[in-house]
Parts: sequence; structure tokens; C-alpha cells
Amino acid sequence: MSENIYGIMAEFDTPTQLVDAAVKVRDAGYTKTDGFSPFPLHDIDEALGIKRSVLPYLVFTGGITGLLTALGLVYFVHVIDYPIIIGGRGHFSLPAFIPPMFELTILFAAFTAVFGMLFLNGLPSPYHPVFNIPRFALASREKFFLLIESRDPLYDYEKVRAFMDSLSPQEVFDVPE
Amino acid sequence: MQDAIEERKLHPAMVEGDHDFGTVSDRIGDLTLKKRTPFFWFVGFAIAFLVAQLLMVTILYLVTKGIGIWGTNQPVGWAFPIINFVWWIGIGHAGTLISAILLLLNQKWRTSINRFAEAMTLFAVACAGLYPVFHTGRPWLAYWLFPYPNTMGIWPQFRSPLMWDVFAVSTYATVSLLFWYVGLIPDLATLRDRAKNPIFKKLYAIFSWGWRGSARHWHRYELAYLILAGISTPLVLSVHSVVSLDFSVSQIPGWHATFFPPYFVAGAIYAGFAMVLLLAIPLRHLYNMKDFVTKTHLILMGKVMLATGLIVGYSYIMEAFFGWYSGSQYEWFMIKNRIWEGPYWAFYWMLMFCNVISPQFLWFKRFRESEFWLFIISIIVSIGMWLERFVIIVTSIQRDFLPSSWAMYSPTIWDWTMFIGTLGFFFCLFFLFVRFLPIISIFEVRTLLPQANVHGRPQDFDENVLEVEYTYDRTDPPNS
Repeated sequence: MSENIYGIMAEFDTPTQLVDAAVKVRDAGYTKTDGFSPFPLHDIDEALGIKRSVLPYLVFTGGITGLLTALGLVYFVHVIDYPIIIGGRGHFSLPAFIPPMFELTILFAAFTAVFGMLFLNGLPSPYHPVFNIPRFALASREKFFLLIESRDPLYDYEKVRAFMDSLSPQEVFDVPE
Repeated sequence: MQDAIEERKLHPAMVEGDHDFGTVSDRIGDLTLKKRTPFFWFVGFAIAFLVAQLLMVTILYLVTKGIGIWGTNQPVGWAFPIINFVWWIGIGHAGTLISAILLLLNQKWRTSINRFAEAMTLFAVACAGLYPVFHTGRPWLAYWLFPYPNTMGIWPQFRSPLMWDVFAVSTYATVSLLFWYVGLIPDLATLRDRAKNPIFKKLYAIFSWGWRGSARHWHRYELAYLILAGISTPLVLSVHSVVSLDFSVSQIPGWHATFFPPYFVAGAIYAGFAMVLLLAIPLRHLYNMKDFVTKTHLILMGKVMLATGLIVGYSYIMEAFFGWYSGSQYEWFMIKNRIWEGPYWAFYWMLMFCNVISPQFLWFKRFRESEFWLFIISIIVSIGMWLERFVIIVTSIQRDFLPSSWAMYSPTIWDWTMFIGTLGFFFCLFFLFVRFLPIISIFEVRTLLPQANVHGRPQDFDENVLEVEYTYDRTDPPNS
């Protein structure tokens, strides 16, 4: 039975109930957990023990890559491939190159931020087991859900089910694979 | 009681009426999902669509005949196309200001107006981009603007402000689109879960990337959004600065001024807020969004308009002062020519009325709190900002150093049809946006509701996202 179950999910009415339940889940030692809410909840990050993402470092790297790309481009164009004197300036006239370098820094950083976020989130994911629960459509509207996955080391169907019931949720669902 | 009133003055409610998460989702989502499109939408879209045809006809004639159909001449080689380009780009800036700078400043009131302000940015930049491309005369060669290895063996000149402009504007358009789209993802997921029409359900599902509101996803989402806001802030300031460098790097009296970048940025935000008000006031009435776009929002926008209007007014005074103080006969002649001696003096004084006198009414509560007056002042300011670009561009180059090269400039009918046509194009896009996408950020409005608090602590979007304390120690591997 537990083989084709992705996890067990509980539904809550308010963000406070979700965060309180998440704290209990964390304290019980479950690690493969997730919360679902219609808007970002900061308190749940700590409640579920979610670590700070590496995204900012990726964006920084992206920005630096943009900067160096632009520097390389203008250097190649104006010093190596097509040196031409304009307005009495030297071939490598850095101040005049700052605007394109700045813009490419921003452009690369922005692309890294957006696509890095989507990549780390595993999106796009057209299918996900949680969508098998019809009530889960309300997670994008007004309800709050808490999930313990079956791949959690402490997972045991009966125990988790009983534990979820003890959190006084609205309803508890088995999420099929 | 007194405390309550004081509290309300300091922290006015950003959502009025009795709302919960569900009603917020329905009120905003239903505008898109509801079967019946309101009658005024068809009328408005039809008018905008017809006006946009002026643009199409103009472009057709322009491309067939050449840019000689415009009034652009020597010495006024940069006329309507650049006036309109700068005007449209400037309008876009308010959208980014609202979505990025006000987010960093923790201004909660941005939440209910950022979505359509960002859409306005995108559409304004689209209109602006048409002008330089068609002003080249050979728009099919516009790709020459970008640096790519070619058989001609040449490269663009990166020391030129016009090249900076290509980079600044194309980066700005791209980043604005990304920012806007990232904001839309959770709302598209809401629409996906509520849509009845199978085709739209599918489309919303595709464009929401399978968003499911996971806590881990929200965590990275907020970081990404905050970073985008952080990098968009210098970006938006750089864009109009670079646009102003197109002028100030040149040697022309009236253009060659060091204070152009801040002057242009302030003017851009000024014009942009006028346009946001012009869109917000009808929207909140026609779609009954008064609970989300409240009077407070309008008043705050009015105040931003007043503040930027004062900066712009100060810049006009400084511009005239430096013309005199420079001691250069050409600079001083330009000022005299612009303000009282030249043929275009009347435009200067219309500009003064529109941009310096008219916002002063916003000092008074009576005008600031009246939608009617805000609307009227916004129209006047929009016209004023257009006149500003006209005055800066035309009066500076129409009479420069050599009297033998002086000439008059007047736009032709095709200049006007191109300008009015872009207005139609802009509103066309805006009407489509209003019909198919949520005009207010649903998930961000949810965070404003008192029900969103956890143990009484607000969960404002992106506020404190970096201040969450990780006191809980655990041994499992960190999330990526």
C-alpha cells in the first residue's frame, strides 16, 4: 500500500495553524516535508528548517560573467579587431565602456535570478503528485497544506497518518504517486 | 480612539472592505476568468485598435517612401522620433520605480498597483522602441545596431552614447519583462486552478510552469524577486541617464549639460506617475477595484508626482541659470532663444504652466484627494513632459552656432499620425492585458490581509526575507 503513496498531506485553514503544525513535524524529526501556501510565509522557512538558498551566489556569478563578457567584447572590438581612434581617446578607453558593461552585468544577473530560481525549484514540472488531490487546487487560493513524503526515513504509513491527525487539520489525504 | 485615528493616518489600510484570501482571489481573478467581457472593453479596444491603424499606415508609407515624409530636417535632425522616444521611455520608468524601488523601501502601497504599472512599462518601452528603429530609415537593417561578427568587417562604436542606448534600452525591456513575468507566475497558477475554459486552463498551466506554492519554492522565489528589485533599481536610473547622455555628450548648447541625467530621471518618473494615475483612476472605477486601489494609493501617487515635479521645476531654473552663468554667448543665446526671443517661446511657457504650475495644486488636500483633479493634473503633466522634450530638442538645434544654418521646424501630418498611432498601440496592448491577465497581484494582496499574519506577525512580501533567523540546527543536507 505504501509503495504507491507519494506522501501524506494535511489541510489547514490559517497560516498560523500551518506554521505551528510545521514546527511539530520538524520536532518529530521528519525531514522530507513541505508546506504549501497561497502566498509566501516567512515563518515557515524556520518552522520546516528550510536552509537559505544558494541563489544569491549564482546571481553574483551571473553578474560577474556579464561584466567580463562585456569587457571582453569591447576590448576585442576596440583594441584587437577594429582599433580606431575616436575623439582622441586611447583604444582602451574604459570610462566610455562602462555603460555597456553595466547593462550586461544587469542583464546576465537578471537571467540568472529568474532561470536559476526556476531551475532550483525544479520548474517547469507539468506533473506533480500533489495535484492528484482535488482539494489541492485551493492551495493557490486560500488553504494551507503540509506534506510528509513517503521517502522520509521515519516514514511509516500508520504512524504518519496518526501523527497528521493529531495536528488537528481540516482533513488528511493520502497523496497517490 | 484618538490612537486608532493616528494609527490609521500613519499606516492607512491598503485593502479596504471585508476581504479574505478567497474573496481577493475571486475579485481579481474573475475579471479575467468571467465569461462576459464588459461592453466598455469592446468599445475601448475598438477605438484603440482603430487608432493603432494610424501607426500601421504611417509605417507602411514611411518604409515605402522614406523618412522624408516627416518634418525632420537640417538642422533639426532629431525631431519627433526622439521626442516621442524619450517621452515613452520616461513613462515606463514609473512602473519600474513602483515595482523595484518602492519594494526596497518597504512601501506596501506598491503592492496593489505594481502589476499594471509594470505592464504599462513594457508597453511604453515597446512604443518607444519603434521610433529609433524607424528613424534609421532602413528598419530592416536595425540588427546592425548589435555587435555581431559580419562580412563587412566592422563593429558598432561602443564609445558612442547611441550604442549605450541600444544596450540600456534592450536590457531594460528584457529585465522589465522578466520581472513582470516572475510576478505573474503564482497568479497564473491561481487562474489555472480556477479556470473553467479548458484552453485557457491549459495556457495558464503552461505559463505558470507547474507552480504549486511550495514553501521551498516561495523561499527562492522571494529571494529572486528581491534580487531583481535590487538590480532593477540601478538599471532604471541608468536607462534614462543613458538616454540623457545621447544629448549631453554632444556639443550643442542646451544639450551639453552635466545635470541632464538626474534631470531626465526625475522627469521620467514624473511623467510615469502621471500615466499610472491616468490608468489607475478609470481602472478602479470600471472594474470596481476600489477595495484594492484605494484613495490612499491615489493620494500617495499624487505626492510622488508633486515631489518629482518640484525636482523638474528646479532643473528648469538651473538650466536657465547655467545658460547665463556659463558666460558662453552660445549658451546664453540658446536660453534667450528658448525663453523669450525665439520663435518657440510660447512652447516654453506652456511647458512651465504644465510642469511647474499645475502640480503646485497638489500641495492642497482638496486637489490631492479629488480623483477628478488628479486626473486633470495627470493629463496636463503628460502634455507638459512631452513639451519638455520638444523644447529641449527643437529649440537647442534649431538655432545653433552658425546663423546660416538656422531653420524652423514643424511636424508634418505623418509625424502626428505616428505619435497618435503609438498611443493607440499602447492602449490596445493595455486592453488585452486587462482582459487576459490579473491586473493586480493577487498573491501580494493576500499578504496585506490581517489573516495572513502568523501569530500576529505580518508576512509582507519580501519584507524581512533576509532577516529570517535560522536558529534551528539540523544535520540534514542543505537545500540547494
